[in-house]
Amino acid sequence: MPDLERLKRLRNRTAIVGVGASRQGTFPDLDPYTLAIEAFRSALDDCGLVRGDIDGLIVQGPGGVSFVRMGEMLGLNPVAGATFDIGGFATGPLIQYAALLLDSGICRNVALLYGNASRTEGRRFGGETTVTPGREYSSAFYYYGLTSPGAASAFQARLHFETYGTTSRQLAAVPVAQRRHAALNPQAIKKDSPLTVEKHQRSRFICEPLRLYDYCLINDGGVALIMTTAERAKDRRKRPVYLMGLGRHDTYRHSSLPNYLLWRETMPMAAEMAFGMAGIGRDDVDALMIYDSFSINIWFALENFGFCKPGEAGAFTQDGRIELGGEIPVNTHGGHLAESYMQGWLHQVEAVRQLRGECGARQVRGAEIVQYICRGNVASTLIYRN
Amino acid sequence: MAYLPEGTPLPAADLDDSPYWEGCRRRELRIQRCADCGRFRHPPSPVCPACRSFGAEFVEVPGTGTVFTYTVAHHPVHPALKAAVPYNIAVVLLDGAGDVRLVSNVVDARPGEMAVGMRVRLRWEPTSDGSYLPRFEKA
Ligand SMILES: [Zn+2]
Repeated sequence: MPDLERLKRLRNRTAIVGVGASRQGTFPDLDPYTLAIEAFRSALDDCGLVRGDIDGLIVQGPGGVSFVRMGEMLGLNPVAGATFDIGGFATGPLIQYAALLLDSGICRNVALLYGNASRTEGRRFGGETTVTPGREYSSAFYYYGLTSPGAASAFQARLHFETYGTTSRQLAAVPVAQRRHAALNPQAIKKDSPLTVEKHQRSRFICEPLRLYDYCLINDGGVALIMTTAERAKDRRKRPVYLMGLGRHDTYRHSSLPNYLLWRETMPMAAEMAFGMAGIGRDDVDALMIYDSFSINIWFALENFGFCKPGEAGAFTQDGRIELGGEIPVNTHGGHLAESYMQGWLHQVEAVRQLRGECGARQVRGAEIVQYICRGNVASTLIYRN
Repeated sequence: MAYLPEGTPLPAADLDDSPYWEGCRRRELRIQRCADCGRFRHPPSPVCPACRSFGAEFVEVPGTGTVFTYTVAHHPVHPALKAAVPYNIAVVLLDGAGDVRLVSNVVDARPGEMAVGMRVRLRWEPTSDGSYLPRFEKA
């Protein structure tokens, strides 16, 4: 159990001061390093720091983007560098690690760089390029055709439908909402492709009951964040966005199989940790950024973090409740389903832009607190305030 | 003809699960059980997650079970599966093996026939390397 009293001392002690994104799309001539560095330059510009101010270098990306190589390319010898080899689960934990590096005094300014050339590399998240025998037992299920994360999410969606009587038609509300948000986001890849429930229902199955529009995009791009301590944040170019609360809780038991308990035991503990640290309740959250490799992720995040009860997410996500102007807008940038697949990193950028009031047509009026949630065997959450 | 085509990656035994695959070679479904507390576990591992005992045996189970959840794959992510879609993948809760669930296929179920709770029984399918894979059929 986390020592909440001690953890509370970390509340608002660190902040994101710079954000940057590269172009998002398909770029056959660019590797993940180039894309991440493009984003890094724009993040430095955003906060008014220079490369030499960076003394912590966190680097992430599918296919093993190396922080040592990145530092070599950038001509940096930072105090500390790191990557976490847990794919999209890493985003929340890496930001938490950066906060610890800063609050402890190990680093003054940490850059978090993300580069992804999955589209160009033909990465298919379950095609033969990702077979890793002996690493995790799940690869031993390949001979039954269980080769993709989508199939694992489909198992869970089926369990949800079966247990609670929820439907694919209800689930359509998630991608429909996110496409509406993407239409207001100039950076979104699907900004000109509106979606209706009917179109979702007519779309082909990938892994039943999940359809084409329940799946995230696969594309190339880079993202960068710059974090510093609360004291130093005041001197930066724009309004700091403080890390008010953080939470994490892992599930290792039975993790070879797609989690059939739907993370009901662990995600609520991550939620309690973060709300306890931040000293706020769910009603105080103005918008949610939820890791959405698949639409069904949104349901598990809402239920397991207490925004609705287990089994209620189908009904809860109807009638515009998760759309801009609704009770709790979710993924106001469009998320992985409609903006870009940057494994949670652009979710942080959107949180920052919302809290700075930079979001134009998709601005959540008066946004003061935005929360990030990632479901999974490594569940994590971040609560930001302005 | 096997449920999934040749070229689908075949299992490679490791130190922990070779008794399981040896069982399959003889068409015996043997699930690892703790020699001390009697708990079943799968996939095989060197230590019991319940009592941390290193003692284990591989016990033959009846081979019947219930579909706990399933999907029907329509999009072949792995190139070998191109000709096989749509195919089902089921998580089968085994009878007589505690809470052990096996990922497998129900070879005689059409996509529309799959259902949570359906009863299934073991059907051994030969593999191209002279062994057998545990799959299931409608019971
Ligand atoms: Zn035991």
